[in-house]
Amino acid sequence: MESKKLMWNIIKAVLLIVAAVFFIAPFLLVVYNSVKPTREILENPLALPVIFNFTNFVMAFEKMRFFNAFVNSLIITTCSVLITTLFASMHAYSLVRNKWKINRVVFLIMVASMLIPFQAIMIPLVSIYGTIGFFNSKTSLIYMYLGFGASMAVFIYHGFIKSIPLELEEAAMIDGCSKYYTFFKVVRPLLKPATMTIAILNILWIWNDFLLPSLVLIAAEQRTLPLSVFIFFGTYTVDYGLLMAGLMMTILPVIVIYIIFQKYIIQGVMQGAIK
Amino acid sequence: MNRKAAILPGNIKTFLFFSGPATFVFFTVVILPFLFGIYLTFTNWDGIARTYLYVGFDNYVSAFQDQRFWNSLSLTVRYVFFVVLFTNIIAFLLGYVLSSGVRAQNLLRAGFFTPNLIGGIILGLLWNFIFSEIFTFVGQNYGIDFLSASWLGRPDMAFWALVLVSVWQYSGYMMVIYIAGFMNLPKDVLEAANIDGARGIGRYTRIILPLMLPSINICVFLTLQRSFMVYDVNLALTAGGPFDSTQLISMYVFEKAFLAQNYGVGQAQAFFLFLVIAIVTVTQIYFSKRREVEA
Repeated sequence: MESKKLMWNIIKAVLLIVAAVFFIAPFLLVVYNSVKPTREILENPLALPVIFNFTNFVMAFEKMRFFNAFVNSLIITTCSVLITTLFASMHAYSLVRNKWKINRVVFLIMVASMLIPFQAIMIPLVSIYGTIGFFNSKTSLIYMYLGFGASMAVFIYHGFIKSIPLELEEAAMIDGCSKYYTFFKVVRPLLKPATMTIAILNILWIWNDFLLPSLVLIAAEQRTLPLSVFIFFGTYTVDYGLLMAGLMMTILPVIVIYIIFQKYIIQGVMQGAIK
Repeated sequence: MNRKAAILPGNIKTFLFFSGPATFVFFTVVILPFLFGIYLTFTNWDGIARTYLYVGFDNYVSAFQDQRFWNSLSLTVRYVFFVVLFTNIIAFLLGYVLSSGVRAQNLLRAGFFTPNLIGGIILGLLWNFIFSEIFTFVGQNYGIDFLSASWLGRPDMAFWALVLVSVWQYSGYMMVIYIAGFMNLPKDVLEAANIDGARGIGRYTRIILPLMLPSINICVFLTLQRSFMVYDVNLALTAGGPFDSTQLISMYVFEKAFLAQNYGVGQAQAFFLFLVIAIVTVTQIYFSKRREVEA
């Protein structure tokens, strides 16, 4: 019995180590190849760097217009998440508390729409908004993220608000709060856990999204980070030192944020899936 | 106050205030293009011309006669099958091991989740480097034949490269959901099963697996949906090549519409794709819900 248990533990440990190497190694390869000149990478991509050379980073930073793209991504992600959580929570609140027919219909359409893949609307989306000239700006992209993110956010808020006792709001109403005041001062603070979940899921999606921004943002100075990395790779196809530095710079901020907020992110994913 | 009543003038204001913005944007961004898209499939619009004609079901006819469309669709189905299968097996095992109290459990969980923080484009580019430089280097220097030529350049292997990267990407995400499932297994049921003598394999197949069905269903649903629609890993890793051997359906539709300027046919195919995904996922939800057990 004892030896069987030991065997099992060894198997588990080996399995975990193999999996961990498989998951982590690609990132490590980028990290240490990013400080090597391209010539050395081509000679032996596995060798550790002899000298640390940061010229790759300086070059890539400039060529990728890294700062510009980073700020664009930051603005787009932040605004989209703030707007989505605000409007979706208001909408979901009214859907739960006001049992009008129109509310039921709207909610049903929103839930059903979650089945529509983006690819099924991308062509008409481009033809409609391209024709009216509502393209190539951060505002239009944020507007679309609100539209695409709304149903999931409303769905999560809807489930959450149902569990909030009505008495709380009635007490506030009796104390003389208007329904607007009740929502913003009494209900919305209670929604914080749901807001966190939605924010995390949306940040993961919007920060990394490629297809929608590639259709909407055409001008070079509007590009988000994934767009500019992709175009950068297309331009410097074999200059690996430069490319690895570019990848490294894109990945690093995300990893830093992840290390800080790890607990919330994992929790957000769990909560989001259960809904 | 009559809460059940139809909309009264005072209520219209409430509705517009609370629901107005979200509803308006949602309808203009999702529903309007969806409906307009269906309309487009009956026209011969090329994306530029101001006028276009009704062509009836012509687009659907040419969409279904398009052999490359069917190739791409069957390739996608094959891809979805392997990705869903491998992702869920690996994620389930990882979730099981990492909720059984091994050392460095939290660190490992965090590590396996990392690929999900980074977008498909960047992961695709990263693996592109690994397949074309690292694997070939290892293959050539240590005489490992199946690595010495880049998988991305071989029509028979590029598909598996794509599957490998996708499984690598999704496993960590699904693992987190499985961990949540394992941690929420009802302790009293497990204990009762133990007392009743459920041991060994039976404990897993008869007790744990049925109790884990809700998590399995969620994960299968999510992997189905994501792998059917995958675009960015496909673009960054193989760009559909070599010789269209890895052009999945999203990329195919994209190229049909925007590069070949065949909007009507492209949209007809996209709409068909929507129907396929809707049918597959709804069937999956329907059948899996029936098999879930109440703990």
